[in-house]
Amino acid sequence: MKYVDEFRAPELIAKAGEEIRRLADPARHYRIMEVCGGHTHAIYRFGLKDLLPDNVELIHGPGCPVCVLPMGRIDDGLSLAANPNFIFTAFGDMMRVPGTHGSPLEYKARGTDVRIVYSPADALKLARNNPDKHVMFFAIGFETTAPSTALTLMRAKAEGLRNFSVFCNHVTIIPAIRAILDSPDMRIDGFVGPGHVSTVIGCRPYHWISTDEGKPVVVSGFEPLDILQSIVMLLRQLRRNEAVVENQYKRVVPWEGNKAALRVMNEVFELRPYFEWRGLGFISQSALKIRASYAQWDAEQRFTVPGVRVTDPKAAQCGEVLKGVLKPSQCKLFGRECTPEQPVGALMVSSEGSCAAYYNYQHLKPVTITSDMAL
Amino acid sequence: MCLAIPGKIVELDAQNKHLAVVDVVGVRRKVDLGLLQDDSPAVGDWVLIHVGFAMSKISEADAADQMRTLMMLGESEAAMQEVRGYGLEHEEQQSPGSKVQQ
Repeated sequence: MKYVDEFRAPELIAKAGEEIRRLADPARHYRIMEVCGGHTHAIYRFGLKDLLPDNVELIHGPGCPVCVLPMGRIDDGLSLAANPNFIFTAFGDMMRVPGTHGSPLEYKARGTDVRIVYSPADALKLARNNPDKHVMFFAIGFETTAPSTALTLMRAKAEGLRNFSVFCNHVTIIPAIRAILDSPDMRIDGFVGPGHVSTVIGCRPYHWISTDEGKPVVVSGFEPLDILQSIVMLLRQLRRNEAVVENQYKRVVPWEGNKAALRVMNEVFELRPYFEWRGLGFISQSALKIRASYAQWDAEQRFTVPGVRVTDPKAAQCGEVLKGVLKPSQCKLFGRECTPEQPVGALMVSSEGSCAAYYNYQHLKPVTITSDMAL
Repeated sequence: MCLAIPGKIVELDAQNKHLAVVDVVGVRRKVDLGLLQDDSPAVGDWVLIHVGFAMSKISEADAADQMRTLMMLGESEAAMQEVRGYGLEHEEQQSPGSKVQQ
């Protein structure tokens, strides 16, 4: 009720809603995936689903870095942190993500030196300030954060700072989209493309989705109007039987991306042959590893890592929710055993996780644009 | 973590050319400009910041838009907390004597 006042240009939003209804063929059911967790958050917060006709369904994609990280990687990272000489650093989003023996925050409560940093550059600063300790940065994220980790490693190397390392969990978005399209139980008609990842990689890497798979992609901003406009653009293409890559978020995303950021990533990282994703399983060439020329700063090359593989708690259905096969509320634990306060699965931790977004905003019934606005 | 925070460059660091002071709604912190080396921003330019690194140059109008987006998404407080935390300032505030205790 109050959210609608905060919308920019409510009359344009109402128009976009009308246009979506006009474009959607009532004989068809459209399944549109928003790849990015930031979009998932916005869609729930603004109740955008309520502005869409029933036959335009939004499927939540894998673009939440905390959510797709399998528990074994958290266990591996925390096993190194047990070393009394270690300082384990990570972004705040990671702190409540459960590992087998607890989250980083629970390790901290038990005496492990765990610290929140807001930038990898600050993990490096911590290493400078604590020359008698080893500072490890537990890096997560898609191409939005990977260049910052890479540049931090270049700075560490240039300084010759030896008491610093990165436990690298960076993943790349394109192979995840490919895995979803290859999955036999998924049918997607088009993609709302990620905004900030595209700032780095640009729009070209999505071309194969349109040319080889025949699916439209629209890179989108994060406001309600942006997302609705992107859905309009997708439906227009579908109606014309077209499939091209379009950029709705031109004010921030250059078509070519950020070449300097891509160079920095290429200097430091190479593709892993394969990497495990929660819910999606092993995906080839879907994650970044630190090159041998930076081995000194790679926690996995420098220390012995157990290489744990852990299956998720049986009752939790994170995998199905991540793939878009189940809605958050269809998981057996949702809202009962698993809440944002006591998360069982990672999708309930991050604000970009679809379970947390759904949980936090399900009680808010935003105004469906009817009475005074649409008329 | 995936927040894109708009800031205005108010000062370039004389010693470290890749660092600059940005102003985000009155909070000033150092960020790294190294990922914009192909088109380095100058004082007065607006940038979008991700985890302490400027990632793209934007217009002043887009910066205002972006700040409003963060507010609409209920993320502006998280964004300000992130900015205040740059440079480990949160550490120093929370545990001024932590080094001695250890």
